[in-house]
Order: sequence, then structure tokens, then C-alpha cells
Amino acid sequence: MRLREIVEALGLEVRSGGHLLDKEVKGGYASDLLSDVMAHAKAGDLWITLQVHLNIVAVATLNDLAGIVLVNGREPEEVTLRKAAEEGVVLMVSPLSTFEVVGRLYELGIRGGDGSS
Amino acid sequence: MNAAYSETFFIEGGDFSRAGAAASRVKQILKEIGLDNRYIKRAVVIAYEAEINVVSYAQRGRLTLTVSPSRIEIVVEDEGPGIEDIELAMQEGYSTASDWIREMGFGAGMGLPNIRKNSDELKIDSRLGSGTKVTAEVRMEGPGAVP
Repeated sequence: MRLREIVEALGLEVRSGGHLLDKEVKGGYASDLLSDVMAHAKAGDLWITLQVHLNIVAVATLNDLAGIVLVNGREPEEVTLRKAAEEGVVLMVSPLSTFEVVGRLYELGIRGGDGSS
Repeated sequence: MNAAYSETFFIEGGDFSRAGAAASRVKQILKEIGLDNRYIKRAVVIAYEAEINVVSYAQRGRLTLTVSPSRIEIVVEDEGPGIEDIELAMQEGYSTASDWIREMGFGAGMGLPNIRKNSDELKIDSRLGSGTKVTAEVRMEGPGAVP
């Protein structure tokens, strides 16, 4: 499924990387611990988190993630936004909680891994 | 490629605005060499976690990446407080990180365990009040090893 379809279905607001919405989303991962994402997220995953600081951008690029959804209406910090634009990372925001965002993604057919890798 | 390729990156302690820069360079170089993604992924996790440890705890450090036909070696050496109990630090969930580091989603006690899981060989030397040296190796064989 393309990022664009998810943005539309969930009513996400795109804060950076709006030209990259044709990216394929292969799965999803939800976590607020950066090492946990490094350990378990896979290339092409959409990452759901409440972290809004600069370092989420590096985690997304290092793991070739499809994009980041910030929950609970949290906005990316200014430096995060700038870095994301530089690195071509798609940042999206939702007023919904992680639980709700993940539930809706699951309904759309997006799946998580088994946590093994 | 026969001779080993080697490059060193410097890491500034406490500077979270640049955290991940060395790991990004490691990823870029390994991609340019043309290694298989499964090796790159493991090396990147090692580099990132070791870099974050330097940023979180040390004054400064350096990461040296060495790629030879059969292995990727990552050595991260820092000037820092050292690790009091390495065995304890290797335990998942154990961390001495400050509150503000934890609030950013670091300091979950997963760094060294992540490094161990992704290394075929891992050596940690630490001297209290002086610094820590992490030597990690990813072995490569068959398709996807150095072309």
C-alpha cells in the first residue's frame, strides 16, 4: 500500500516529504524507544511514535523506514522538521493515539512483524 | 576488493543533534561497496548503538570502520567514565542513563544487547574514569560479501 492511500484513509497531515507519498508501506512498527525501533523495525515499515525530537529522523533513514506518524497531535520540533526535509523523511501527524492509529492501519491491511528480527 | 578499507569518524559526547551521523556514514560506505543488506543492517545497528553510547555518556569518541573481504569490523573508542560492571551493562533493561536521555527514548538498556545480537564477535574493554573500547565484528560469507 502506498503512503498516499494511508494519509488519505487516516486523515494524516503531512509535515515533510510530501513529494514522497508514492513510497510503498510494507508493514508497521509502533514504539517510543529508539533502540527498540533499531532492533525490530524493517525496511519499508511505517513507524508510529510520540517522539518528536531530531533523532527520530536518523532512525528512519538508517532503517529505510517508509515514514513516521507522530501521534496525539504532537508536532515535530523545528530542527526535526528541517532535518527530515533534508534527508527526505516523510513526517506525518495525527490527533489520534497510537492505539487508534495502529488499529486503523491494521484495518487497512498493514501488519507488524513477529518481533523476532 | 582485496585490501581492507578503513575510515574513522569522530563523535562528540553530549551532542544529540549529530547523533547517528557516524552510523549514517557507515551505512553509506557499506552500500557503496555493495554489500548485502543483511550485513549492512547489522553493522548499522552496531554503529548506531555504539555511537549513541558515546553521545550519552562520554566526552568524545571515535568510530573506525574496517571492511575486508570476509568481515566488517567496527571499533568505537571513547574518553568517558567507563563501565563499572560490563556484565550488568550487557543485561537487557539495565541502564544508567539520566532522565532527560530516557525521555528522548534512549537509555532503555537495549544498546549493548543490540550490539551483541548483531555481532559475531564482540569485545568490550573498559577502564573506570578513562574510557571504553567496543570491538564488534560481522562476518560475511557467500553472496553479498565484498564483491
